[in-house]
Amino acid sequence: MAQMSLRPCGDFRTTYRQDKTIFDTRNSRVAMAIFLVFAFMGPLYLDPYQMSLAIQICYYGIAALGLNILVGFTGQISLGHAAFFGFGAFSSAWLNNTTGIPVFLTVPLAGLMTTAVGLFFGAPAARIKGLYLAIATLASQFILEDFLVRAEWFTGGSSGSPAGPVSLFGFELNNDGRYYIFALAWCVVMYILGANLMRSRDGRAFVAVRDHYLSAEVMGINLAKYRILSFGISSFFAGIGGALYAHYLGFVSAEGFTILLSIQFLGMIIIGGLGSVMGSMMGTVFMVLLPEAMKMLADGMQAMGDIPSLRDNLDFLREMSIGMAIILFLVFEPDGLAHRWRLVKSYWKLYPFSY
Amino acid sequence: MDDSAPILETRAISLGFGGVRALSDVSFRVETGEIFSIIGPNGAGKTSMLNCVSGRYKPNEGQVMFKGRDITRLTPNQRATLGLGRTFQNLALFGHMSVLDNIMVGRHHLMKNNFLTGGLYWLTGAQREESEHRRHVEDIIDFLEISHIRKAVAGTLPYGLRKRVELARAVAVRPDLILLDEPMAGMNLEEKEDMARYIVDLNEEWGMTVIMIEHDMGVVMDISHRVMVLDFGRKIADGLPDEIMSNDHVKRAYLGEDDMDEVA
Ligand SMILES: Nc1ncnc2c1ncn2[C@@H]1O[C@H](COP(=O)(O)OP(=O)(O)OP(=O)(O)O)[C@@H](O)[C@H]1O
Ligand SMILES: [Mg+2]
Repeated sequence: MAQMSLRPCGDFRTTYRQDKTIFDTRNSRVAMAIFLVFAFMGPLYLDPYQMSLAIQICYYGIAALGLNILVGFTGQISLGHAAFFGFGAFSSAWLNNTTGIPVFLTVPLAGLMTTAVGLFFGAPAARIKGLYLAIATLASQFILEDFLVRAEWFTGGSSGSPAGPVSLFGFELNNDGRYYIFALAWCVVMYILGANLMRSRDGRAFVAVRDHYLSAEVMGINLAKYRILSFGISSFFAGIGGALYAHYLGFVSAEGFTILLSIQFLGMIIIGGLGSVMGSMMGTVFMVLLPEAMKMLADGMQAMGDIPSLRDNLDFLREMSIGMAIILFLVFEPDGLAHRWRLVKSYWKLYPFSY
Repeated sequence: MDDSAPILETRAISLGFGGVRALSDVSFRVETGEIFSIIGPNGAGKTSMLNCVSGRYKPNEGQVMFKGRDITRLTPNQRATLGLGRTFQNLALFGHMSVLDNIMVGRHHLMKNNFLTGGLYWLTGAQREESEHRRHVEDIIDFLEISHIRKAVAGTLPYGLRKRVELARAVAVRPDLILLDEPMAGMNLEEKEDMARYIVDLNEEWGMTVIMIEHDMGVVMDISHRVMVLDFGRKIADGLPDEIMSNDHVKRAYLGEDDMDEVA
């Protein structure tokens, strides 16, 4: 949600263009640039396991941003995001397997195919909202899941489908380090697209539809169009994320795309901050790293003495921690990590005169 | 559109909600360049009338003609693109957006960038277009004297300022006809005076035709060119402010002798 940003005094804007930058101070732009340089140098210092987590963050992060555009910015609930993510995964694998189109092209094409499916399943949003829409998206989750299991020609049915490796002009991205760069590049591009969208005409229209649809309509915004469009865009992001997931694992099977994953996506954007582009990324990082943190904690306790009940229930503990995190955030930090981050930033900007 | 046609004409509008007749056979004309007020007691059907004009309600019978064209079947967003703007009786801002963004939404139908060109911001001219429209928005902000709150989140503003931001947003649509539903309700005297001045300026300097619903008879009689009186969903009179003031039917139905003495 739009927040009044606190800039240090002396930082005046002299053009409207400066007033619309994605990062609002020079310092935060520089910080972002440095962070990106470090991120792209990841293969130099991340161990293989950390690398796999980083790749997960990239593809889940893209999908989470898509869901945030739909839920956080446009205010429409969706319980079927995982199914779109899965559809994107199979689409890219299928295109590559059947037509031989190279993977670096099937990824965006899979995004477009998922967009088409998203527009179709989003069509009811023209008519219904709230709880009814939630049920409709739940239905699309189950219908798509079922389709993915049954459509042998498309997904290989219950045995799944191989997803070929990425090669760029003969250069194979055949190890995690290379694939990580590929996924990270997609992630950066999608986040830039998302941030730009939200500061231009159609992004504002989404938020207008969310905040007061009657006023939005009087401002000339076609409600049905924007409600459905939001589903389309959200599915595009889900499809890209899914495709990147598929070619990373090298194999796709339908079991992974259940309602549980849909709820995890919702968890990411709730924790990160509904209606915040960067919050989508923060929430994704949190969700991917939380189980790791839980595991480290359990290992640490284990080291102090064997606790069988802890060892046996580790998986359960990880799942539960996700649920707990969502609930705790809803209660104590409903604006998400992005909001907390802004507060911390403004605290330091004004330091030592912060009161 | 021919020049002799009024900017707005309703023909025998009737509207019912279940058993309630909100409007019965209401016809009126608003000429280009007027400030036209609609008055009447609570529940008389004033807001319903505006809703029929802006497209929120579809009348059961009758037609709405805008610039000589039948718009009865058009959706509210189509009407906005034809040059119809409005504010609401109850606050209706985009509460989580900044004041600036609220007003920028008013430019929606005048802008061309979309989700594709917007996503590519720098490459497609979207950035340039945003800056251009921002200039218009700043003009409106200066005119309505809200530059000090332009970055504030709309939902956090006090009532009087929100009303003003809502007016700014409606003005940003660049309507030829603007519908104001009780723009001064709940304001103190000073805020009312400001608002009245803005409305007159919009009419005289910005060339907008205004239809206004207002309960404050002092303001209505002061700034309106013509006034229409509704009562129980029926039009009981329309005419110049003086004629309305001296109309016995109106006095009985609505104003009451006491009120008349007060304004007179
Ligand atoms: N959406 C609706 N559903 C049912 N009845 C409605 C609806 N809108 C208006 N009405 C009824 O129509 C009648 C006219 O209402 P309207 O809001 O137009 O009055 P008004 O003149 O604007 O009154 P006020 O001065 O209180 O704003 C009232 O009896 C109201 O209850
Ligand atoms: Mg009313």
